[in-house]
Amino acid sequence: MSNTISALPGATYEGAVRVQEMGLCGMISLRGDHGDEKLISAIKDIMGTVMPGQREIVHQDERAAAWMSPDELLLLLPYADVRDALTRLETALAGTHFLAVNVSDARAVFRLHGGSAREVIAKLCPVDMSPGAFGPGQIRRTRMAQIPAAFWMPDEDSVHVVCFRSVAQYAFDLLKQSAHPQAGVGLYA
Amino acid sequence: MSTRLATGGRLLDKGRALEFTFNGKRLKGYEGDTLASALLANDQMMVGRSFKYHRPRGIVASGAEEPNALFNMGAGGKFEPNQRATTTELFDGLTCASQNHWPSLEFDIGAINNSLARFLPAGFYYKMFMHPRPLWKHVYEPFIRQSAGLGKAPRDRDEDTYEHFYAFFDVVVIGGGIAGLLAAREAGRAGAKVLLMEQTAHWGGRAPVDGGTVDGRPVDKVVEEIVSELNEMNNVTLRTRLMGAGVYDHGYLMGYERLTDHQPQAKGPRHRLWRIRAAQIVTATGAIERPLSFAGNDIPGVMLASAVRDYAVDYGVSIGDRTVVVTNNDDAYLTAITLKKLGLDVPAIIDARPQGAGALAEEAKALGIRIETGKGVAKVKGGRRVTGVAICMQAGEGAALEEIACDVVAMSGGWSPVVHLWSHCGGKLLWDNENAMFKPDVDKAPTGAAGEAFVVAAGAANGALKLADTVADAHAAGRKAAKSAGNTPMSGDAPKADSSLENPMQPIWLMPQGAKYELRAKAWLDYQNDVKVSDVQLAAREGFESVEHAKRYTTLGMATDQGKLSNINGLAILSDALDQPIPQTGTTTFRPPYTPISMGAIAGEARGPVFQPLRRTPMHDWHEANSAYWEPVGHWRRPYTFRKTPGEAIDAAVSREITQTRQSLGLLDASTLGKLVVKGPDAGKFLDMLYTNMMSTLKPGRCRYGLMCSENGFLMDDGVVARLDEDTFLCHTTTGGADSIHAHMEDWLQCEWWDWNVYVANLTEQYAQIGVVGPNARKTLEKLSDDDLSAEALPFMAWTDITLAGIKARAYRISFSGELSYEIAVDAGQGRALWDKLMEAGAEFGVTPYGTEALHVMRAEKGFIMIGDETDGTVIPQDLCMDWAISKKKDDYLGKRAQARSFMANTERWKLVGLETIDGSVLPDGAYAVTDGTNANGQRNTQGRVTSSYHSPTLGRGIAMGLVHNGPDRMGQVIDIPKVDGTVIKAKIVPPVFYDPEGKKQNV
Repeated sequence: MSNTISALPGATYEGAVRVQEMGLCGMISLRGDHGDEKLISAIKDIMGTVMPGQREIVHQDERAAAWMSPDELLLLLPYADVRDALTRLETALAGTHFLAVNVSDARAVFRLHGGSAREVIAKLCPVDMSPGAFGPGQIRRTRMAQIPAAFWMPDEDSVHVVCFRSVAQYAFDLLKQSAHPQAGVGLYA
Repeated sequence: MSTRLATGGRLLDKGRALEFTFNGKRLKGYEGDTLASALLANDQMMVGRSFKYHRPRGIVASGAEEPNALFNMGAGGKFEPNQRATTTELFDGLTCASQNHWPSLEFDIGAINNSLARFLPAGFYYKMFMHPRPLWKHVYEPFIRQSAGLGKAPRDRDEDTYEHFYAFFDVVVIGGGIAGLLAAREAGRAGAKVLLMEQTAHWGGRAPVDGGTVDGRPVDKVVEEIVSELNEMNNVTLRTRLMGAGVYDHGYLMGYERLTDHQPQAKGPRHRLWRIRAAQIVTATGAIERPLSFAGNDIPGVMLASAVRDYAVDYGVSIGDRTVVVTNNDDAYLTAITLKKLGLDVPAIIDARPQGAGALAEEAKALGIRIETGKGVAKVKGGRRVTGVAICMQAGEGAALEEIACDVVAMSGGWSPVVHLWSHCGGKLLWDNENAMFKPDVDKAPTGAAGEAFVVAAGAANGALKLADTVADAHAAGRKAAKSAGNTPMSGDAPKADSSLENPMQPIWLMPQGAKYELRAKAWLDYQNDVKVSDVQLAAREGFESVEHAKRYTTLGMATDQGKLSNINGLAILSDALDQPIPQTGTTTFRPPYTPISMGAIAGEARGPVFQPLRRTPMHDWHEANSAYWEPVGHWRRPYTFRKTPGEAIDAAVSREITQTRQSLGLLDASTLGKLVVKGPDAGKFLDMLYTNMMSTLKPGRCRYGLMCSENGFLMDDGVVARLDEDTFLCHTTTGGADSIHAHMEDWLQCEWWDWNVYVANLTEQYAQIGVVGPNARKTLEKLSDDDLSAEALPFMAWTDITLAGIKARAYRISFSGELSYEIAVDAGQGRALWDKLMEAGAEFGVTPYGTEALHVMRAEKGFIMIGDETDGTVIPQDLCMDWAISKKKDDYLGKRAQARSFMANTERWKLVGLETIDGSVLPDGAYAVTDGTNANGQRNTQGRVTSSYHSPTLGRGIAMGLVHNGPDRMGQVIDIPKVDGTVIKAKIVPPVFYDPEGKKQNV
């Protein structure tokens, strides 16, 4: 474990918001029938959350379950807990048709923190970031400039963005540029 | 001369003087000036030369419609051509230069074209430069490019930054004049989420200049009140310097915000492109005054009447001492009255209408202004500046009745609603006879997905030109938009406004109406592209009857101003020449953007390091630090080769890597390979359909190479499939296929076989993958692992989980090089750590990292195909003699039926063979093998082509693969392959496997 590194270790930028690569984050991609009782109770047992509804993310302490598609969830948890969680999922869901894989290393995660976090995202993603339309408890899978990305708001002033690991530098550069201190739009901030 | 008045200038801050430079001259202006008003204040009326005849041209307008005042602005990384002076806010230190003249604005050699104008009518270039053909490219085109054209192309990289912004509103109102303000207020009061955008820096549009009252209060005060009311509404956003650039399907609206054009030293982005989704769009875009077509209407000093008024009221600038007003409507009287009240001389108002104006005429008379009704301008006198006008009967042919000395001619031919944004997405127009203008047909608005109208025109943009009508129309438009967006408008009547405009305008398309050819040939329609009345008439005579054809033949309306001034006048002349009503002629198409927007804004953030995403493997930094010579592979960067010493030649490095790998040990970063996990009770069945060979019989722990075809039978991807357990397979795809094959799988699972229990996950980026290749591969791994890696425990085409240097890994014993080879997959976060360990452990074997070219050469030496080299979308596996990889036992697989079609099953197809040059040289990649005779097109017949060609350091000669007609049956035959230099290389047909045909080396 000691030689495991995230995509852009320690990358930070202080602009209109603070942009920070979040280091190693545990992530499991789970495909299965969202209505299946076994799956619902496995999520409850292992993640401590209810099943998220469409475009929702449900948090519990250090863990969260996010809706990715009608048959796909993204489970967020500490990096060190992934193998154990996968084992428990395999046991709990034995006999049902599902797919649970570790995708922690396939991703990079960034945290934006500051009053204009919504605007930084709205420059890159075709999403209505106004407070009435998007906020904590929701997740969007979308496009960030030229790459796929997903994001959610752990609180009113923060956005967590997840993208593929190979494009972490591109994503960080994009976010830095959008968070330029003199580039405020003044619409949401 | 034009000068600054002692008083006036409502937009100026005279406390703040600014200095700027025009053609090297230092001039002064004030905060609040536009570049145009500042130039006029400095008596710089002449601003450029026209496009074709190089005639002197002056400022004509005061807004976005200006055709002449275009400048090269700034210098170096801030340089930009064709900047419109009337929409450029003045700032301290601005530098600009006029365009399209040589050697200088005052003396321009190209002006000789003006005296040749008789010989340069519309279509001249088309007719003149057709013959002889070769002269066009080498003589005519370079000459025309030198003499025509406007601004200079920038030479330096743009220093500024740009960005996009996505925003969503219920109602977006475009235009911050009195109509836009009222519409926004009604929509805001209804509770809609509103954006009100205004292209200039000021609210109110023309209203403060034109005057009038709303509910008994002066309109400029009313503007201020509405702005402050809107500012108080939380649901309303107001933005100035934000232009509505284009309206597109489904309420998509492009806004162009100019953030630092007026303060270029400020930090932050220069322009921002707003990409807006609006439930409803209100176009409150106003109207543009039309010029009149009389001889000499392009001489500097002839301006739109409204512009003369704007410069006086807004900027305290007098265009000249003596202004003659020429009009066909009441509105221009306002200019005469305004100027007279400022103490300037107005020798006459020439009104083409026999009855003249209403109340405004009385007011003008009371001020002592002479009014001539039923008269027109025969011609304007002057060269670089107006010196006078000859007046005539409008009904006549232009015989001068008298000459009036003046230095300004303020003309008004009526007003055209700005219907551009209404029209962009399909809004239709109606001809309004009363005002001789096209206006929105409210019954044929642009429609959304459900057929509902999503654009509402308001105020002057809707044809409601008088203030009273404008106010009522805008009030209703705001309510209508809010209601359509799902809000409930509050009750309340529209404000009542008054208007001094009484008498109807009279359409005047040519002045005088019977003007002779000499006059028509000097009556300009399109100032920027130098199109005259006589040109449009010529086009009609020569058969260009469609307005779109006439436009292209004459270039009317094709300049950067897109005919904002010339459009209606031009098609009226065309209609007259064709003897048909104007609506029958119709308009040309209005296309976005409304005025040109910067390329930078369109590109947004996508420039420099973020021009495109660059994908990096977990070992990318090591490669970078070890002299990787990069090759782009899709968005990835992969090392083509590594230079061991700074001066090492690329081909020498490749050869060194191959030799060292074949003799001892090489490492390949194979992380970019696609890795798709396929799981479920039906996974085996699914893969049997996707691959041509049988995958369901593969045993857990084993690997199998497979081919994937499209429905049309063509080979589209290949790779090794590993069975992880009873339910789970891991499919390796090519680097380029990772995303597309994943999508291909999802497509079939979601659309066709939705009832099959299979899930797919793309784990390409979860793993770093390292090829450990060469006779010493096993020894190297054994140094780092306690697991049994013997040939018995891990045979060829098997996989196992091992621990390597303390890292959990999966080892696939597969080979793309023909050597003993392992591909080691580890979590991406540990890829770099493992790479370092392998380099360290391999040091005693002289380990070499190798790049994509060594990989290519080694696979070609082994006769392994490469997707994209041996395949090009038209090749089936049978062409590649890969029948062994096509299952005979399966009922079906994707491509099976297609491959049975007569052309596919034809035995005459070109098939894969090896090619060995007789002289040992390297064949050109892609070269064709020729055979006797010619085809129907007179081209040499061909019998094959080279698909891969390399120098093999292992064999010390050129090797190639190719597709050759009946190739496998022609072993030993020699075929001719011509090169582009005319010489021919002779190549012998041989089996495609050049190296270790028995496969002993990979299976040890």
